[in-house]
Amino acid sequence: MISAFFIFNQKGEVLISRLFRTDLKRSISDVFRIQVISNPDVRSPIITLGSTSFFHVRINNVYVVGVTKCNASAALVFEFLYRFIQISRAYFGKLDEESVKNNFVLIYELLDEILDFGYPQNSEIDTLKMYITTESIKSELAVREDSSKITIQATGATSWRRSDVKYRKNEAFVDVIETVNMLMSKDGAVLRADVDGQILMRAYLSGTPDCKFGLNDKLVLQKRGADQGPKSDDAVELDDCQFHQCVRLGKFDSDRSISFIPPDGEFELMRYRSTTNINLPFRLQTHVTEPTKSRVEYTIHLRASYDPKLNANNVVVKIPTPLNTTNVQAKVGVGKAKYVPGDNFIVWKIPKLQGSQECTLTAEAELATTTHRQPWSRPPIQVDFSVVMFTASGLLVRFLKVFEKSGYQSVKWVRYLSKANGSYQIRF
Amino acid sequence: MSLAPPRKGENWELRQQLNSEYRDKRADAIKRVIANHTIGKDCSGLFPDVVKNMQTDDLEQKKLVYLYLMNYAKTQPELVILAVNTFVKDTADPNPLVRALAIRTMAVLRTEKTLDYLASPLSTCLKDENPYVRKTAALCVAKVFDLKPELCIEYGFIETLRDLIGDGNPMVVANAVTALGDIHETSLTLPTSRPASPGGSTPPPSARPSQSLFIIDGPTLTKLLVALGECSEWGRIAILGTLARYKAQDEKESEHICERVMPQFQHNNAAVVLGAVKVIMIHMKNVTREDLIKSLTRKMAPPLVTLISSAPEIQWVALRNINLLLQKRPDILANEMRVFFCKYNDPPYVKVEKLDIMVRLASEKNVDTLLGELREYASEVDVDFVRKAVRAVGQVAIKIEAAAERCVTVLMDLIETRVSYVVQEAVIVIKDIFRKYPHSYEGIIPALCANLDELDEPEAKASLIWIIGEYAEKIENAAELLGTFLDAFKEESYPVQLQTLTAIVKLYLKKPEESQVVVERVLKAATKDCDSADVRDRAFIYWRLLSTDASVAKSVVLSVRPPISLPQTTVAPAILEELIGEISSLASVYHKPAATFIGKGRFGADEMQKRAIDPEEELSREKALQTVVQGQQAENLLDFDADEPSSAPSNRDEDFLAAAAPGGISQAAIASAAKSSNPLDELMDLFSSASMAAPVSAPTGMPQASASASNGLGGLGGMSGGLEDLMSPHSASPVSNVQAPSKPQAQQSHTGGAEEDLLGLL
Repeated sequence: MISAFFIFNQKGEVLISRLFRTDLKRSISDVFRIQVISNPDVRSPIITLGSTSFFHVRINNVYVVGVTKCNASAALVFEFLYRFIQISRAYFGKLDEESVKNNFVLIYELLDEILDFGYPQNSEIDTLKMYITTESIKSELAVREDSSKITIQATGATSWRRSDVKYRKNEAFVDVIETVNMLMSKDGAVLRADVDGQILMRAYLSGTPDCKFGLNDKLVLQKRGADQGPKSDDAVELDDCQFHQCVRLGKFDSDRSISFIPPDGEFELMRYRSTTNINLPFRLQTHVTEPTKSRVEYTIHLRASYDPKLNANNVVVKIPTPLNTTNVQAKVGVGKAKYVPGDNFIVWKIPKLQGSQECTLTAEAELATTTHRQPWSRPPIQVDFSVVMFTASGLLVRFLKVFEKSGYQSVKWVRYLSKANGSYQIRF
Repeated sequence: MSLAPPRKGENWELRQQLNSEYRDKRADAIKRVIANHTIGKDCSGLFPDVVKNMQTDDLEQKKLVYLYLMNYAKTQPELVILAVNTFVKDTADPNPLVRALAIRTMAVLRTEKTLDYLASPLSTCLKDENPYVRKTAALCVAKVFDLKPELCIEYGFIETLRDLIGDGNPMVVANAVTALGDIHETSLTLPTSRPASPGGSTPPPSARPSQSLFIIDGPTLTKLLVALGECSEWGRIAILGTLARYKAQDEKESEHICERVMPQFQHNNAAVVLGAVKVIMIHMKNVTREDLIKSLTRKMAPPLVTLISSAPEIQWVALRNINLLLQKRPDILANEMRVFFCKYNDPPYVKVEKLDIMVRLASEKNVDTLLGELREYASEVDVDFVRKAVRAVGQVAIKIEAAAERCVTVLMDLIETRVSYVVQEAVIVIKDIFRKYPHSYEGIIPALCANLDELDEPEAKASLIWIIGEYAEKIENAAELLGTFLDAFKEESYPVQLQTLTAIVKLYLKKPEESQVVVERVLKAATKDCDSADVRDRAFIYWRLLSTDASVAKSVVLSVRPPISLPQTTVAPAILEELIGEISSLASVYHKPAATFIGKGRFGADEMQKRAIDPEEELSREKALQTVVQGQQAENLLDFDADEPSSAPSNRDEDFLAAAAPGGISQAAIASAAKSSNPLDELMDLFSSASMAAPVSAPTGMPQASASASNGLGGLGGMSGGLEDLMSPHSASPVSNVQAPSKPQAQQSHTGGAEEDLLGLL
């Protein structure tokens, strides 16, 4: 399995080095530095040299590397590396060179706990925080738990939850967050439109609550959509869904019900994917011409197609310009447009955009004359946004029931958000 | 000899601090020691001082001292004894975290002395009342086995582990399974490595302990399936790995396993999903119930597609595996092509893989959308990706006959962009289309020839020359066009020279009147001024052919070529089967059997023997292994120290028959070889298509081969001469393939074929 774990900085200096098995020497880190970090041609995330395989993930200019000498599960190693990144974020906010240097003792302690003899062990952040503590987290958990209780939780059937959680007010927050993937061709045809959804839950519930969760997916008959657009009569069809480990998969498989004992605090309950009946929140009409060799003219027409009662926040339209652009004149009705020479974009920012609203950008880019004309590849226009109380898939939370021995009442909140961050692309 | 440590410097300072009377000063010093160790400074000299700090109530400090011990125990085996007492004491600590920590650390110190002290605490910990300690201890057994297997057997640890599979705690079960799996792996390598160890320790009681170590029987299976639904994600992966190894007794059991594993598709850990896919692919083989197979494959598709929206690295692993799965079951993702569309900001390795899968999924229904996408990709900036996109257009044309015309239109559009690398790639691809559909698209030849001056890459040039030669009778100024290449004949690369030579000879055979001069010039240039033996030999052969009998020359040079097709699989069926059983592993990512990239470098003969007689291997696997050996040999060849196979077997007929095979290979494999980026992959591709293409193309190859033989041309030159037309133009480097008759010692003789392939390729 994972024989060694390293973190390198951009220069290839070792920040963390931990060997888990004896089939490797510490000096293997030099091999990675020479072969991967100082080699600009490396394109693959897995490199096998001799019989040693290096798996790396680059994040904020550090390399997080797992090394193995056997035919390990590649998916497992990457899942582990990403889990490590996630845990690091939970502990010290951001994983970069400085934070690794400042927290190296903690990182070693964590590694010791989440990886034993190269096999991942407990990686639940909640549980880890009970017995691997830092100054800041210590104050959070005022009393340190009795260690035998910790170990029971770390290994128990509900390893993600303590048994003695108490809240005065029992609340659960559900956030439905959808990332819209859209690709539109030059002539306005939608080549692909799908949604990667995520249901995040923050559970502040006492005791060991048993929750049942209902959606308006195909098997749950939908009656009336509360704030839905034209598609409100259609049931939502989910192509696939995946659950947090607390959800009883066997039960979902047999009767499609989502039942679980939630971890305390924030967690990702479910991930899903939907490809049918996607409500695209924005439509774009583009007219881009190159009247002369030294000029490009843009007319970009943006229309918000969601309900007028709703608002989109932070709409950013990134319009690519040719590499030899010298100057851009842009005029907009709403928001602000600015040319960013470093990225070769015209960035059009609209802080708030009401539904059904339309706005237009006209711009002219002046190009430097070049001796040999390189074709301009015209990367797609990108629209980033977040629309609150709107789901592109039409998914709605029907109910969240909480059952607990003591029979307390609980308050539940649901929020919806559809967003795109680089995944909403229009070719022109 | 040890010098007295200097009384200054960092280590001296650290020593002072480690022995300080203040607690936090000591704790700080330990941290600094670890920091120094991380950046590679040697801190072994501080051993006794650090060990002194082991006795502490502060768990964090204890962990750091243990970390130090793990790293330096081996350098100071005598001093480790100092620590043993504390360890043993800690394993009986009331705090389970301390107990677990102590046993975990002690097992990785890896010194003989500590191991002896470890045995008894380990037996206690394996039966600890606390599951956390038990699960930690379970893994320790694997650690001990790695170092001293006989100790595990002596103390019966392995039986205890087997008992732990029935433990009430799923985490303990998972770790017991993990440990047993690890031990199983280790024991497989034991018989060869053990006797060599000089320790003189008693050899393991049975020659082959592996068999008795981890057998999964009915009751164990039940326990595993129960634990699967309950334990942590990592535990699930371990259990799924074990289930993949299990051989079901009958169909009902296979069905049962599939049904129980299926819910794991909904897990959000990609490794669990792929693990489940693996188990189901393996056990599905025994299932005959149509409806179940259908529902299994139907349910498999959505989770696979979902993996495409994960982090790029995981996405890539998933894509490589999907590529493999599609070769086995081309129908699973038939309607899902859109999700594989490349995003502009996907990393290049993901894009290339998506491209490959899109071609696999191409069908008459979706070909229009696909071509639109490919044309879009061809205007991106990444040269490598653009080339692959253009190549994909050609692959689609060869795959779907109905779409060939549309593909040609797209290619012609691309040629009009006048971007050098797009044009060159398009020319290469069009050559393949001409091979597949001869005489269908002659109308585009003038447009191609217009780009003659822009081509500067040998492969593109060779392709265009081949096209001109092939259609010489339809091109009015063929002689003139080919003549331009002749002017700089000496400066051209060998493939271009070979193609020029052949094309002019073709032209001469078709239009003798007007090309008399050119053909003489080229034959002279090739025989006199050329420093490549192959070009020269081929020229001589042509010369003699032309001077003896033009009709024989015609039948050799202008023969009908077998059609090319896109291979269904990129690996041999037996290897595919093996790889499907290793879904999500490195082997499945590389599309290469594990033995080719792990292990001790070379694949020794005894290793081979061992694997062959291993009763665990089934017959079908044995076949796969033979192919593996070929792969292995080929890999070794990269080092270029294997002996060159020079002597051709005496039996001429047989040898021609075999030699005809590579003709088939190179055609079938062009497309597949083109896809892979690393030479090894190409090699594997070549093999695989060799085994498939040989029976088909051998008969077609025969007549020409014997024709050239009858002309009294002996030796290797004759073969390459007769063969060249069987091969596609650009891969026509002289593959003088010698494949020995397949006898029982086929392992050795197959090698010959493998090496030859490689020579041709390089």
